[in-house]
Parts: sequence; C-alpha cells; structure tokens
Amino acid sequence: MAQMNMLQAINDALAIEMEKNDKMLVFGEDVGHFGGVFRATSGLKEKFGPDRCFNTPLTEQGIAGFANGLAANGHTPVAEIQFADYIFPAFDQIVNESAKFRYRSGSEFNVGGLTYRTPYGGGIAGGHYHSQSPEAYFTQTPGLKVVVPRNPEQAKGLLLASIRDKNPVVFFEPKRLYRASVGEVPEGDYEHELGKADVVQQGTDITVLAWGAQMEIVEKAAEMAAKDGISCEVIDLRSLSPWDVETVAESVKKTGRLLINHEAPLTGGFAGEIAATIQQECFLYLESPIARVCGLDTPYPLIHEKEYMPDALKTYEAIKSTMNF
Amino acid sequence: MSNATQSNEIVHSVSFLDRDSLNIPTLRILQADGSVYKDAVLPSINEETAKRMYDTCVFIRVLDERMLGAQRQGRISFYMTCTGEEAAVVGSAAALQEKDVILAQYREQAALRYRGFTTEQFMDQMFSNAKDLGKGRQMPIHYGSQALNYHTVSSPLGTQIPQATGVAYSLKMNNDKAVSICYFGEGAASEGDFHAGLNMAATLSAPALFFCRNNGYAISTPAEEQFKGNGIASRGVGYGMHTIRVDGNDMLAVLAATQAARDFAVENNKPVLIEAMSYRVGAHSSSDDPSGYRSKEEEDVWRAQDPVARFKNWMLSQGWLTEEEDEALYAKYREEVLAQVKVSEKVEAPHIDELINDVYDEPTPLLQKQLKELKEHVNKYPHAYPKTAGRF
Ligand SMILES: Cc1ncc(C[n+]2csc(CCOP(=O)(O)OP(=O)(O)O)c2C)c(N)n1
Repeated sequence: MAQMNMLQAINDALAIEMEKNDKMLVFGEDVGHFGGVFRATSGLKEKFGPDRCFNTPLTEQGIAGFANGLAANGHTPVAEIQFADYIFPAFDQIVNESAKFRYRSGSEFNVGGLTYRTPYGGGIAGGHYHSQSPEAYFTQTPGLKVVVPRNPEQAKGLLLASIRDKNPVVFFEPKRLYRASVGEVPEGDYEHELGKADVVQQGTDITVLAWGAQMEIVEKAAEMAAKDGISCEVIDLRSLSPWDVETVAESVKKTGRLLINHEAPLTGGFAGEIAATIQQECFLYLESPIARVCGLDTPYPLIHEKEYMPDALKTYEAIKSTMNF
Repeated sequence: MSNATQSNEIVHSVSFLDRDSLNIPTLRILQADGSVYKDAVLPSINEETAKRMYDTCVFIRVLDERMLGAQRQGRISFYMTCTGEEAAVVGSAAALQEKDVILAQYREQAALRYRGFTTEQFMDQMFSNAKDLGKGRQMPIHYGSQALNYHTVSSPLGTQIPQATGVAYSLKMNNDKAVSICYFGEGAASEGDFHAGLNMAATLSAPALFFCRNNGYAISTPAEEQFKGNGIASRGVGYGMHTIRVDGNDMLAVLAATQAARDFAVENNKPVLIEAMSYRVGAHSSSDDPSGYRSKEEEDVWRAQDPVARFKNWMLSQGWLTEEEDEALYAKYREEVLAQVKVSEKVEAPHIDELINDVYDEPTPLLQKQLKELKEHVNKYPHAYPKTAGRF
C-alpha cells in the first residue's frame, strides 16, 4: 500500500496498463510534456515516448474522432477531455460513433478499447464551464459505460477495469477530490468490476445513494443523521451505466427508504432513472417516497455555488424528512 | 464543372503544393525602437486616437499587474493577463466603430476598455458582486456589455467564431454598414467551430473580421504542436477569404490592417482573416506555471519586443507624450485600480433570487419552488450560507 492522492492513483493506473499493453495510447490537450493541466499524465511521455503519450491540437471533436479510429483499428486509446464541460464539442463522436460502432456494423467493427477520461463537478469556484456534471447525457446513450470513482483506491481499480473493458467507457473524475482525497492505494495491478455498486456503510433505516465527489457529502450527512439515531446504509453506485439495480434494490428492501444525491440538475438527472426503477422493484417495501437531493435546475453558478450544491446539510434535512414522512 | 472557384491551370506531371507555396508577408510599420520604416504607409491616426490607445495600454498593464497580485493575495479567484498582446488588441479595437460588434475569447480586456468599460465595471465583474453586469455567474474576466456592443465571454473555446458570422450576417441584413470582429487564439483555431464559422462567413458573404492572436502557446502546447500549416493565415486563403498577417506587437501595423479589413468587409460584405503574430508573455492564467514548459530565455526575447514600449517611443517621437505624462498615467491608474479594489470587494453578493433569474425569460414554476425551498433551508442554517443568509 502507498499513500496517494487521486491524481497519483490515476497516473499509476495509466502507467501500469501502458507497461502491459503496448497498444495503449494516452493523449489530449496539454497531456504530453506538461502532464495535463491537472498533471494526471505526468511522466508518461518520458516513460513511454512521444508516440504513446502526446498533446493533440485543441479540438475535442478531433480527439474523440481520432480515438474512435484508433480503437476501431485495434488500439487502446485513453483520451483526456480537459474538462467535462468541454466534452460537448465531442458529443457527436461519442454518442453517435463510439457508442454505436458495434451495433450499427453488426459487430463488424467496434471501439471496445476506448476510454474517455474527464474531470467533472463543482465545489471549486469554477462557475459554469468548470463545474458541470454531464453524466446523464451519456447514461441515456446505449453502448457507453459511465464510471465515476470516489477516492484514489477506487479510481485506480475502476480506471484499470475501464481501460480493459470491451466497451467504450466515459470515466468521470471528480476534480475537487483530485488533490483533496488522499488514501491507501494498493501497489501493482487490481481492478474493480464495472457495473457493481459498493456498500460503503451498512445501515437499517434508509439507503443513501450517491457517486463520485458526492460520496463525501452523503457520508457526512449520514454521520449527522446517526447522531439523531438514524441508521443510514450508504452506497456508492460507482458505475452509472450499467448500474447495479440488484444491490440498490436489496438495500432498499431492507431499509424501506431511499435518498439519491447528485450534483447535476434535478430534472433529467440520473436520480430520476434510479427512482423510477427502484419504485418498480421495491414498491411494496417503500415506507416513504424516494427522495432526491440534487443540483438546482439552473446552470452551474459561481457566486451562489454553496446555495446551489446538494450539500450535507440539505441531505441531512432530506434524510430526516424521509424518516418522518 | 460545378466547382466555380477552381483555377484552370492544368499540368502534366505531379507537383505538390506545400505550406511554403503560399508566401504570406507580415505587415510591419514600426521598427523595434518605435521609428517608422521609411517606405511604410501609415494608418489613419490622429493625436486624440493615439492618446486613447496609449491610455488603454497603460490601464491594462496596470490592471493586469494589480489583479494578478490580487489573485495571489486571494482577493479574487482567477485572472488572465493580456501582457505582450496589448498592441494586437488595442490596435484592432481602435480601427472599429462603436456599432461594430466584438466577440472576444477572454484575453481581450483591452478592447473592452478601449470602448469605455469603467474601472468599476471591471472590478465589479471580478469580485462577482451585486453590481456585476453578469450577476456573479461567471468566473473573473468573463466580461460583457450590451451597451458597448461586446458579447459576454463564454469559456468553451471557439464557440464565438460561428456566432460572429451570424452577427455579421445580421448586420448585413440590417444594412448597418458595420462588422463583427471575433478574437481567438491560434489554439482555438483548431476547434471545429473555427472551420465551420469561417466557411460559413465566406460562403454566406458575412462582413466578419476574424482576428487570430497567434501568441505561440495554448496553455502548454506550443504552436508547432497545434498546426503544421503556414500559420492560421493560410486557412483564410483556403476558405476563399481576404487574409492578412501582421506583426502583432506593432500597434500601427495592426491598426492599418484592421482599418483596411473593416473598409473592405463593409464595402463588399465579405469576411477578412487577420493573423497577428505575437507572444503570450505571461502565464496562461493565474492557475498556470509556464516554467514547466518553456524557458525564461524564450520569454525574455519576447519581453524585449514589448509592444507598449514600441508604441510609446513612437508617441514620444510624435510629441504626443512626454516621460512625465507617462509616469503620471501609470501613477493615476495604479491609484485608481487599488482604490476600486477596495470599493468593489466590499459590495455585497448578488441577491439569492439571481440564482434562478435569466435561466428563462421568467423563472418556471419548478424553479420558483426550488428557490422557495432553498430560502427556507438557508433560513434554517444561516451560518452555512453567509453570502445570502439574512438578505431576503
Ligand atoms: C472547448 C474547450 N476546450 C478546452 C478549454 C480549456 N482551455 C482554456 S484556454 C485554452 C488554451 C487556449 O489557447 P489559445 O486559443 O491559443 O488562446 P491563448 O490562451 O493563447 O490566448 C484551453 C485548452 C476550453 N476553454 N474550451
């Protein structure tokens, strides 16, 4: 085990796989010599050469299309989109091309080896354009996997699994935790299976579900609720597409209550999908309506960031009112 | 043949064109010491305009220096300087008329200043206070002003380029005899929006001026890793557009090129591409450290090419400026900027209602409900939301 922050863990995962898989390439804006604006790719160019880790011109559309071509021809591209807010110029290449390569060609071609890494989320005084959580745009796209880690140990295991997965994966990295989240990370190779949720804390009264940077927030809320005698079962979804219905449903059957927290706006957010599914799976077990604590239905603000955020206090309040329904 | 713009020369052996087939000259009027090349054709400029241009340069120098300092002290969260590119931005802005619409990337605060954005307006935006025209919604430097015909800056790169084509087409339809001018970096010129925007402007005959600040870097990526063509200018020719390359550190060259481009665009309803060759002397932004990707020696070479000093020398030689006046100008702006920091940072934050205003023309019922619940929550935990608590 080694102490690492999330950036180091991601860098470690990239280096491990580049060592094993000489078809793997890492590229994106400022990714080469500089190591990326957050330094997730530091040292990779030096270690693996400028043909395997390099700067691209400033075009997300180009980066994604290029990655599609590489992957369709048997390479393992790991493309960095500098901020998730800037993934939209690449939207067509990702949702129409990466996602549908296999299906539309009758499996004549696929881009299974492709991974997009991109920092997402707020809480960093970035205003809109440096704070968005666009995961729901991608969870509605069949053919893509969507993965979001909560800490360094998870980031390394989930990223290695994403790169090796036989499907294109959009890997959202919670940028506010890049340096803030530090923890023990196993040395060497390991994977966390995609599509499996992680029960982070056992409880009996209510299931509290989140992913990525919001895990910290819901854990804090659960702690506050515990002081009121409320026992929360805390689950990290980890994979949003596909998502682990079974683990969540099992938990809700036990606790009878569910709260979902995410940073993206409420309307059309992934919490709505989870709520609808769990209502169907667990209707007769539910003792209160499924609660959602999400971002407001506004663009991500700057000065009112605190007010906008689905923070621990709002989550704590929602836990209490769900309990008292 | 349907390709009406193809030339007709036929050859009978293979010969390729390459980037050097296109010999693109660079317009320069001022020598490094501020004297005028003897065969140079001067732009139209009088003392009053020249003074306003120089005044803008000095203000922006002071603003950049002080606000970078303020960012280091934690008083504002973010800043971007335009140091080294003042001539490119001021020279072009001075060639425009007030009715011309500016669509900036983010490093063109000098164009906004030239149009009359006040020190107070700059500072209110940077402190995200209740008087910020953008209502505290975007990071520092994302300025905009309807009154000054300056579109509010948006962070995603390149998005303003096809928009400028649309603005220009609208100006043409209205018979306004005006242009849009769109600023962008050589990095942003790699975005799909650049290609789409220029091609539409050329084919739809839109009087847009596309102004590329080729400053050598996009964050850490040097221009040679950004494109392999003959600069950005070669692309203008490719799209069938009048194109000119200028020394971006030469105020008079930029002014001359932009004046001519504007005249041509308005008269012919056609776009023009201007590539200003310069250098980003400072860091990309306050979050960046250029020592990780370029040498101090390289920066020093360009520091010696200082566009403001070159213009100042010309101003001195014209008798339109004295050293004493110059010093007084710096002193005045240093004082003004500092004083305004102290005022603007004390102005309260925008009201919490601004969180849901402007999402649509009217807040929807769902937004109103969300705001009501938010206010109840803030009232319950006022200490956790100090910016808005107790203010509604
Ligand atoms: C679509 C998009 N991708 C990435 C970014 C992040 N980013 C901000 S500025 C910048 C470099 C821009 O370089 P250039 O256009 O040359 O302008 P300069 O900063 O040199 O003035 C990058 C990559 C962004 N803002 N928008």
